[in-house]
Amino acid sequence: MRFLLIEDNQALAKAVIERLSLDSHIVDHAADLTTAWDYTATAEYDLILLDIMLPDGDGRSFLEQHRSDKSRTPVIVLTARSEVSDRVGILDLGADDYMVKPIDFSELEARCRAVLRRQTGAAQNTISFGEIEFDSLAATLRVNGTEVQLRTKELRLFEVFINAPNQIFPKSQLLDRLFSYDVEASENAIEVYVGRLRKHLSGSNVSITTVRGLGYKLECQ
Amino acid sequence: MLLISAAGIAILLYVVVQSVAEQIAQESQDNILAASAISILDSARVVEGDISIDLPYSSLSMLDSVTDERAFYAIRLNDEFLSGYPDLPRIAAQKDTTAFQSTTYLGEEVRIASTWRSFSTLEGQAYLEISVAQTLTGLNLSIARISRISSAIGLGFFLLSMVVAMVIAQSTIRPLHRLTGSVSRRGPSDLSPVAAPVPTEMAPLVSSLNSLMTRLQKSLSRSEDFIAEAAHRVRTPMAIVRTQAEVTLRRVEKEENRLAVREMIRAVDESSRTAGQLLDHAMVSFRTDDLARETIQLDELILDTVNRLHPISELRDVEIRIQTLTRTKIQGDPILVQNAIQNVLDNAVKYTFSDTKIAIMLDHSDGYAHIRVHDEGRGFDETEIDQLLRRFERGKNADGIVGSGLGLTIVDDIMRAHGGHIILTNNAGEGACVTLSFPL
Repeated sequence: MRFLLIEDNQALAKAVIERLSLDSHIVDHAADLTTAWDYTATAEYDLILLDIMLPDGDGRSFLEQHRSDKSRTPVIVLTARSEVSDRVGILDLGADDYMVKPIDFSELEARCRAVLRRQTGAAQNTISFGEIEFDSLAATLRVNGTEVQLRTKELRLFEVFINAPNQIFPKSQLLDRLFSYDVEASENAIEVYVGRLRKHLSGSNVSITTVRGLGYKLECQ
Repeated sequence: MLLISAAGIAILLYVVVQSVAEQIAQESQDNILAASAISILDSARVVEGDISIDLPYSSLSMLDSVTDERAFYAIRLNDEFLSGYPDLPRIAAQKDTTAFQSTTYLGEEVRIASTWRSFSTLEGQAYLEISVAQTLTGLNLSIARISRISSAIGLGFFLLSMVVAMVIAQSTIRPLHRLTGSVSRRGPSDLSPVAAPVPTEMAPLVSSLNSLMTRLQKSLSRSEDFIAEAAHRVRTPMAIVRTQAEVTLRRVEKEENRLAVREMIRAVDESSRTAGQLLDHAMVSFRTDDLARETIQLDELILDTVNRLHPISELRDVEIRIQTLTRTKIQGDPILVQNAIQNVLDNAVKYTFSDTKIAIMLDHSDGYAHIRVHDEGRGFDETEIDQLLRRFERGKNADGIVGSGLGLTIVDDIMRAHGGHIILTNNAGEGACVTLSFPL
């Protein structure tokens, strides 16, 4: 996805860009409102991440302008302010969602997905790979014409594979991606989910292969 | 206070008037008695070497000034009784001055005046002593009348001072009431200066009140600014740490490094959750001190909160099911109420097991609206339920899960401020149940 990150703290912006790039996203960075307007005027974004406190103005004015411009790009506000009292204002001004720093990127991913799903007439986000079609927004897998609805963890696991086909992922890494840091999940759980995905993929030329001692990889025969 | 001092003065007035009047009455009687005695002395003559007294009628008639009065006299010459009432008590008389004494005679109270004079007779110096006495009935009647008058004066003074006091108090209290009324009618955040007209005597009070409110307003906004600034300065570096930690986690290969970075992320999450709770707690303290009173549509608020939590619950494969949602209107601070509901639901999503359901019910009973949240998690340790509500206390079953003990404390504060309460119970079976009850 293509993100516009509007954040004035350089260190934080750098970290966020690095993190999002790991998931193959493209991120443009604006450190103030003026730059942000320049970017939005010249490029199309899937999603805008907006820090509400900016040096040359409150992020709120961006929201107001954005809404009056009738722009379709959804905005998720990132705020370090005390959550509760600002909340109402932010959503009323036209933000699609908000998150309080520090951000859990799994949660951000989930909220992005939800926000994009809500968009009417959103561009189709399907990836074709071999004989299958994967829509990450709708969370569907089309195998030989039949559409399968993926549940949350299955979806996220599949996304990991489909974004880097033929790459080997150790179980531990998959654990990190699937489960939040406060839960001690066993590697067994990964086996369970991989098993489910394998079932969905059966009958196609796409499969998840076990590389003994190393992990799993998605490949197309 | 005023009553007591007025009563005191009234009594004092009565006593003073009474005693002065009594004294005057006494003195007038004494003067008459003395005049009578002296007039008798004056009528004594030495005739041909002997004393002769021509008792004037007026001497005794002057004692008759009050009706029903009985008069007595005794004349002694050289200590020998000469005329009058022989058993009239003798008092220590003085030469050329009159002595007085009150005593009893013939069963009645009498006042005796006594004086003596010396005369030169053929037999030498003769001492003529005159005692005149009068019953005190008349005097007592006068005193009783005086008493009535002085108590009337006292009472009159008391009543008058009461009336005056009330008039003064009213004229002071009415503007005070108006001032109080205008201040209490204000909304919770209205700290603007008082504009109600007040009498000049109250101007200093109003000006102090206004300056107090200005200082309070400044202090409050400084605190709010401080909290907002603190929030920003604490959370930004934490965000940097956490994000870089997530990046590092993807890059490390050794298992021990991976575990170390995971620990770091957990620690950051715990700090930021605590920081968030602390900031929330401060904000909640503000708002509960001066609770806003707006109409809240509770069912819609719950729906909003559940929708917002959806991405997180999905992440953990926890399904939130709203089983009953009664239309409910309550009065309170919508931001605080939402904070409470969010805290409870957050807790439920966090402490329940993956792949389970959370059930929410909103219903009415006993004049309260109850929000019940059932989860299928570990439940509360029965022995610790009361402690959980105390600050920073975490239950035994929370081990291994990131969180801070403040969450439930905050909810408790919010519920109390709204006249409601929070109840923690364990479900028969498994999991916990949290009930928030708001008065309707």
